[in-house]
Amino acid sequence: MAVTGLVFIGYVLLHMYGNLWAFSGQEAFDDYAHHLRELLTPMLPYGGLLWILRVVLLASLVGHAAAAFALWSRAAKARDRRYAVKKVVTATLSSRTMRWGGVALLAFVIFHILHLTTHTINPGGDPESPYLRLVGSFQVWWVAVIYLLAMLALGMHIRHGAFSMLQTLGLTDNRRRYRVAHAVGLVLAIVVAGGFALVPLGVLLGIVTT
Amino acid sequence: MSPQEKDPMATNENEAPHGTAMGTSSDPVGQAEELAPAEVANESPSQGAAAGVTAPVSTPAADRADHDDAAGYYTTGAPIADTKAPAGPVERRWTERVFNAKLVNPANRRRLSVIVVGTGLAGSSAAATLGEAGYHVDAFFYQDSPRRAHSIAAQGGINAAKNYKEDGDSIYRLFYDTVKGGDYRARESNVYRLAEVSANIIDQCVAQGVPFAREYGGLLDNRSFGGVQVSRTFYARGQTGQQLLIGAYQALERQVAAGTVKTHARHEMLELVVVDDGSGPRARGIVTRDMVTGEIETHLADAVVLASGGYGNVFFLSTNAMGCNVTAAWRAHRKGAHFANPCYTQIHPTCIPVSGEHQSKLTLMSESLRNDGRIWVPKNAEDCDKDPRDIPEEDRDYYLERIYPSFGNLVPRDIASRQAKNMCDEGRGVGPMVGDQRRGVYLDFAEAIERMGRSAVEAKYGNLFDMYARITGEDPYATPMRIYPAVHYTMGGLWVDYDLQSSIPGLFVAGEANFSDHGANRLGASALMQGLADGYFVLPNTIRDYLADGPFPKITDDDPEVRAARANVQERIDHFLSVNGSRSVDSFHRELGHIMWEYCGMERSAEGLRTAIEKIRALREEFWRDVRVLGTNDSLNQALERAGRVADFLELGELMCIDALHRRESCGGHFRAESQTPDGEALRDDENFAYVAAWEWGGETGEPILHKEDLVYESVEMKQRSYK
Amino acid sequence: MNLTLKIWRQPNGSATGEMVTYPITDVSEDMSFLEMLDVLNERLTAEGEEPVAFDSDCREGICGMCGLMINGVAHGPEVTTTCQLHMRSFSDGDVVTIEPWRASGFPVLRDLAVDRSAFDRIIDAGGYVSVNTGAAPDAHATPVPKENAERAFDAATCISCGACVAACPNGSASLFLGAKITHLAELPQGQAERHTRVLNMVHQHDLEGFGGCTNIGECTAVCPKEIPQDVIATLNKDMRHALWNRV
Repeated sequence: MAVTGLVFIGYVLLHMYGNLWAFSGQEAFDDYAHHLRELLTPMLPYGGLLWILRVVLLASLVGHAAAAFALWSRAAKARDRRYAVKKVVTATLSSRTMRWGGVALLAFVIFHILHLTTHTINPGGDPESPYLRLVGSFQVWWVAVIYLLAMLALGMHIRHGAFSMLQTLGLTDNRRRYRVAHAVGLVLAIVVAGGFALVPLGVLLGIVTT
Repeated sequence: MSPQEKDPMATNENEAPHGTAMGTSSDPVGQAEELAPAEVANESPSQGAAAGVTAPVSTPAADRADHDDAAGYYTTGAPIADTKAPAGPVERRWTERVFNAKLVNPANRRRLSVIVVGTGLAGSSAAATLGEAGYHVDAFFYQDSPRRAHSIAAQGGINAAKNYKEDGDSIYRLFYDTVKGGDYRARESNVYRLAEVSANIIDQCVAQGVPFAREYGGLLDNRSFGGVQVSRTFYARGQTGQQLLIGAYQALERQVAAGTVKTHARHEMLELVVVDDGSGPRARGIVTRDMVTGEIETHLADAVVLASGGYGNVFFLSTNAMGCNVTAAWRAHRKGAHFANPCYTQIHPTCIPVSGEHQSKLTLMSESLRNDGRIWVPKNAEDCDKDPRDIPEEDRDYYLERIYPSFGNLVPRDIASRQAKNMCDEGRGVGPMVGDQRRGVYLDFAEAIERMGRSAVEAKYGNLFDMYARITGEDPYATPMRIYPAVHYTMGGLWVDYDLQSSIPGLFVAGEANFSDHGANRLGASALMQGLADGYFVLPNTIRDYLADGPFPKITDDDPEVRAARANVQERIDHFLSVNGSRSVDSFHRELGHIMWEYCGMERSAEGLRTAIEKIRALREEFWRDVRVLGTNDSLNQALERAGRVADFLELGELMCIDALHRRESCGGHFRAESQTPDGEALRDDENFAYVAAWEWGGETGEPILHKEDLVYESVEMKQRSYK
Repeated sequence: MNLTLKIWRQPNGSATGEMVTYPITDVSEDMSFLEMLDVLNERLTAEGEEPVAFDSDCREGICGMCGLMINGVAHGPEVTTTCQLHMRSFSDGDVVTIEPWRASGFPVLRDLAVDRSAFDRIIDAGGYVSVNTGAAPDAHATPVPKENAERAFDAATCISCGACVAACPNGSASLFLGAKITHLAELPQGQAERHTRVLNMVHQHDLEGFGGCTNIGECTAVCPKEIPQDVIATLNKDMRHALWNRV
């Protein structure tokens, strides 16, 4: 869970970085999208790196989900009878929503791929330019809202997930490091979710336009 | 958070007030020797008959000394003696005994089985060590895990003659302090051995991973404890007992994993099986009740070790755990094991007082509080329900400072305890009314806070203040604490010889359950030492001398003795479940505790003890007739468990009173009103009472039989305490 | 004060249980929670109803025998053991729900008493240093840096009460496990068996049916000894090293 989570954190950081090119205008963004596919060519065929990434991500996703289901099922077996009354003492909302939040994120990822990768869903038209496609979509309010909600979910997932990853990898084995890990989770969550949210927000606020 | 949680280094630097002998009444400032005149040198009576069950000899009233207050309550049997300790210099005896004790061939060990009852420090360490040696061990305990035994609650520390501080400590000095602390009522050979093996205990525990306090250099820290002048106490914050027990528990569980020890959780020993296979009676097993299923089980073995702890719960309220009981020891007593010095109980002056009739146990606070707190009660009884802050200085009676001007609040434990009770009996106690009186005195830090500043008091006593606040809901920084004495430890127990073997061959007794090492009073930080000494080092060496003659002839569940023991257990259970009387078990226990506390507590008098005996007898009769235990035997039935324990306490209580009544002297934890100096100090009577009183069960209707074991002091001179 | 108690009653391990409501009056705020239950039991006995079974022993917060789920929180509203909880933490008229620890690894024996022998079996699997009596070198032979000794001690204060399991949404015993691993891992005496210990203890933990840790932290929040969550990180680190060592 921790290792696959680490893959995702690395990926979303890169992805977010790429998205921010949207603020530099259509040319820069489309160039970036193009270069992604040319990266490491001719050692790899056109789009090769992306495919490698996709395979790694898919494998991680399978691993992540399998681990999640294993934990889920163990938890269910570990408490065969529920409490009549059970209160939360300290757990953060993010730590308690990892499972359903994860499911929601999975649903979002599917939507996101259908929307921007396979172009199956085309709420803002179907232009060739990735930039125009992006901006056009976010100009549809409900698309932007879906993306913003998803980023909130992602931020929460990362807030606990990143801390939890450091803990599971055994890197937090004293009180100071433990506190640092919590801070890392929070910072990463804000950076990633905030960074992603900038683009739809930029579009909604008219900073990023066609 | 528990009282033991916070780092009490500050407050527990000295468990007892500076200069006050912890657990001993003999040496308030460690200077008593200069003050005390050397007292009676003990006569050396000839060693009596060998230990064992001897025919009772009825003592005609005329033969008794004039002061035998207990005439008519007991009969006198033949004297007994420890026949196992080698003669010769005390420092050679253990080495010789270890050498002379027969060895058991390693291949034979797995054919030999030992039952261990109780898994506190003594029981866990004995079971683990015997398991390591290769014997087949079965360990029984009433808790759900061996690690929960009440040794876990010991706070202060463990003594060992390591002399790491190079401050003049030695085996001899620890031995000497312990004999003196016990008011010359312990056996020299046993105490010397205890001091001798003490150092090995620390080595063993450190190797197991017990996290003792350390200095910055990484070496072990020591503190001075109980007023002794040397720093020989090893500690793990305020939770030394817990850490030592976890060490022993882990050693035990390691043997469970290795298959040499089998643990039986939630099993209570209800009877001892003694079988005569032709070579005389031997302890060969126990009858237990599985507390979850109610099943009565017989467990047979070549030897039985009782490490079942003390009997402080006879007082109902004590610092013992709720489940601590005398049943294992008492059932053994009824089968022939002598019970020695039952009247020796230790009462701790600084406990949190009873808050009401619902009180179920008492909590100890470190005596170090008396270093800076001032103890007082109102001069006038009518002020007792006032807010103490509203009582002006001139209306306060700092009674310890008044009565003992030179030692004031630092008088020894027993004096502090006794005077607190006197004040409350006079009607000047404070706190809530409990029954017909207020049971508490003030321990006031107002002066200390003014003198040292609040932060210094906080640094030194913060954890104790927190504990007090949590239990009472009062803020001890703002209003004086209330304290009251409580029963803490019992020095008496089953009589054992140097090998820790009781008067029943094959029955060994270790830890607080035996009587051997503390005499009439126990030094602070010595209980943990004794438990582990017995379990790790003494018993495993001495029991082999007995086991070398085994395996003993096989017996089965069908043996008449075994069947009788089982039937006896079943009969008692059936009785409890069928009486359907009107009073709960706890109500009887509370009443017994009240009788014991009033008449056999801090101050005992002939008249009071006789009253107590009559009351106990009447209560016992009522108990068997009118106790109410609901439910069935075939499930977890906590009232049924307690009924059996209370039944045994009701018998023990009477013996304690008889023992206290016959011992017309004050020594250690036993204070007889009739034996005190004009100043109210304890007065020992070495001429008539320098012996161990080992009581033999006299039957349901008979009187207990007293066997005296004379105490001979060859290495230490007996001295009378004096501290005024 | 007067309270309404809702208590889990279950005659034995195989029976089905139910919540039963008992009003209780004249509760003193100086009573401990368990003394309040003692009073209830005296009353039930007088009325001919079997008393409520619950575990407790030392009643001073160190033996770890007591443990009740009180209004949905392990050991109740204060960070302490159930026996150290006092009635002044409640108010007149409160409804107090009392349940046993609920975990498959802790089967209910009767009413509020559960079987925690799984913890002993986890210790059996390696929670010790293998040193026979008499085989120890002098206690001063190996100095232990104070920092390590202190952390070992902090971890060793675990009283094995099971509140961590009871509170954990996953029913995991990782805090208990991590505490023992950390206690021994911080000391030189624990190094020789460090890797086998963690592998075997984790294996036993899983066999006992406890859940996996998702680092939520409810365990630490209810732990009466406030064992920190970083002991679980030490457990994980040792596990990582041990697994890597096996490759």
